[in-house]
Amino acid sequence: MKLIVGIIKPFKLDDVKDALKELGVNGLTVSDVQGFGRQRGHTEVYRGAEYEIDFVPKVRIEILVDDGDVDRVTSKVVETAQTGKIGDGKVWVIPVENVIRIRTGEAGPDAL
Amino acid sequence: MEINSGDTAWVLVSAALVMFMTPGLALFYGGMVRTKNVLAMLMQNFVCLGIVSLLWAVALYSLAFSGGNDLIGSFDLAWMHDTLKTAPTGISLSVPPFAFMAFQLMFAIITPALISGAIADRMRFSAWMWFVPLWVIFVYTPVAHWVFSPEGWLFKRGALDFAGGTVVHINAGIAALAAVLILGKRRGWPTHPMVPHNLPLTLIGAGILWLGWFGFNAGSALSGSELAATALVNTQLAAGAAMLSWLLVERLRTGHATTLGAASGLVAGLVAITPCAGFVGGMSPIYIGLIAGAICAFAVSLKFKLGYDDSLDVVGVHLVGGLVGSLLVGVFADAAFNEGVAGAPGGGGLIETGKLDLLGEQALAVVATMAWSFVITAVIMLVLKVVLPKGIRSTEEEEETGLDQSYHSESGYSLDRV
Repeated sequence: MKLIVGIIKPFKLDDVKDALKELGVNGLTVSDVQGFGRQRGHTEVYRGAEYEIDFVPKVRIEILVDDGDVDRVTSKVVETAQTGKIGDGKVWVIPVENVIRIRTGEAGPDAL
Repeated sequence: MEINSGDTAWVLVSAALVMFMTPGLALFYGGMVRTKNVLAMLMQNFVCLGIVSLLWAVALYSLAFSGGNDLIGSFDLAWMHDTLKTAPTGISLSVPPFAFMAFQLMFAIITPALISGAIADRMRFSAWMWFVPLWVIFVYTPVAHWVFSPEGWLFKRGALDFAGGTVVHINAGIAALAAVLILGKRRGWPTHPMVPHNLPLTLIGAGILWLGWFGFNAGSALSGSELAATALVNTQLAAGAAMLSWLLVERLRTGHATTLGAASGLVAGLVAITPCAGFVGGMSPIYIGLIAGAICAFAVSLKFKLGYDDSLDVVGVHLVGGLVGSLLVGVFADAAFNEGVAGAPGGGGLIETGKLDLLGEQALAVVATMAWSFVITAVIMLVLKVVLPKGIRSTEEEEETGLDQSYHSESGYSLDRV
C-alpha cells in the first residue's frame, strides 16, 4: 500500500479530482497549504508600502492506493495538474505500513 | 430659542449616525490588523462607547460646555444635574439640550477610539482601559471647550472648526504620534510583512464611516436647514474627490490602485472636510478633497522614513488630513455659504477676502491643539508605563501569540472548528 501525496495549483483541483474519479479512485483527502519551490512569492502593496509574500497557496492531495495502482494514479495526477509553467508542484509516493477502515475494523488492502 | 421638531429630529438622527461611526471605525481598523489581533482592535474601539458615555454624563459634558473660563468649563451640569433643561453656555439651540449633549457625546467617544489604530497589536488591554478615561478627561475635554464652546479661548479668537477638525482629528492624530513614540514599535516592524487580514471588513467599515459622517458634519449644523444640506453635499464631494486622488497617486507611485487606498482616500477626504463642512461651498469641497487625498497618500509613507510605527496610519490620515482641512478653512471659508463666516477674523477665507487673518487663527488653533495633546498624551502614557504593575506594552509572548488570545481568551475566527 502506498500514500500518494501531490502538491498542485489550487485551480487544478477540480480537473485532478474528476480524472481520478474516472480512474476508479475511491477517495482522497484535500487540504489548503502554502509553500514555494522554484516559484517565487509575490509582492503585495498596502498604502504605498511593498511587502514580499514568500508563500504561494497550493492544494495538497493525498490518495491511499494499492501498490499496483501507483503508476497509473501518479501519471494521471501529473497529466491533469500540469500547466507547463513554474509552480505546477510535485507528486511523491510514501510506503504505508497499515490502513484500517474505522467503521468496520477491516485492515490492509481491504481497507483501501 | 423655541424647540423646532425638524431640527431636533435631524440632530437626534445625527447623534445616532455618529454613534454608529465607532463600530464602523472598529471594523475599518479591525480588517487591517492581523487575524490574531482583530478582536483586541474591535474591543479597544467598543469600550470607548461605555467608558466615555459614563464620564460624559458624570462630568465631561459639563466641563466642556458649561460655563467656566477660557480654558475649561465648570461642574455646574455634572452628575446629570439640570442637563435636561439647561442649554450649553452661549449656544442658542432650537433643539433640546439633551439632543446637543447626546450629539457631542458621540464625538467624545470616537476621538479616543481613533488612537487605537496607531497603537495596534502591542498595547495591554488594561493599560488601554486606563488610557481612554485619562485621555478623554485631560485632552479631549479641554480642547473641545477651547474650540466648540463660546467660552473657550480659541472660539473667542474666531478659529473656525465646523465639526471637529482640530478637536477630533488633529487631536487624536497627534496623540497617536505621542503614544506610539512611547509605546514602541511592533516586534518585527518594519521588516516582517504585517498585512491586513480582512479587507472586506475594512471596506464595510469605511462605508459605515462615510454614512455616519453625514451625521458628523451635517448634524453639526444643529438644524435641519440649508446649512445642513450644504455640509452634507460638501462631505460627499470631498470624500469622493479624495478617494480618486489617493487612487491616482497610488496608481502613479506603485502601479496599482488598491481597495485599501480607496478606503483610506475617502476617509482622508472626510477628515479634511470636517472643519470646513459648514463654511465652504461651490467647488471648494472638491479641491479640498483632491488635495487631502493626494497629500495623505504620500503622508502615510512618512512613518517608514522617520521610523515610528503608526500601525494603521492615524497620523498620516487624521493628523495630516485634519491639518489640511483646518488650514484650508482659512483659504476657502466663504460667507456666501454661512453668514457666520462674515464675523470671522478678516471676514472670511483668503480667496473671498484676500486676507490671511483667518488662516492665521486657524494656524494658532492647530498649533495649540497639537501642543497640548502631544504633551499631555505623552505624560499619560509615561505615567501609566511607570505606575501600572505590568506597564503598557505587551510581552514578547503575548505579542507573538496575539492579543485576542492573550487578553481576551478568544479567537476571532473559529472557521475550522465544527
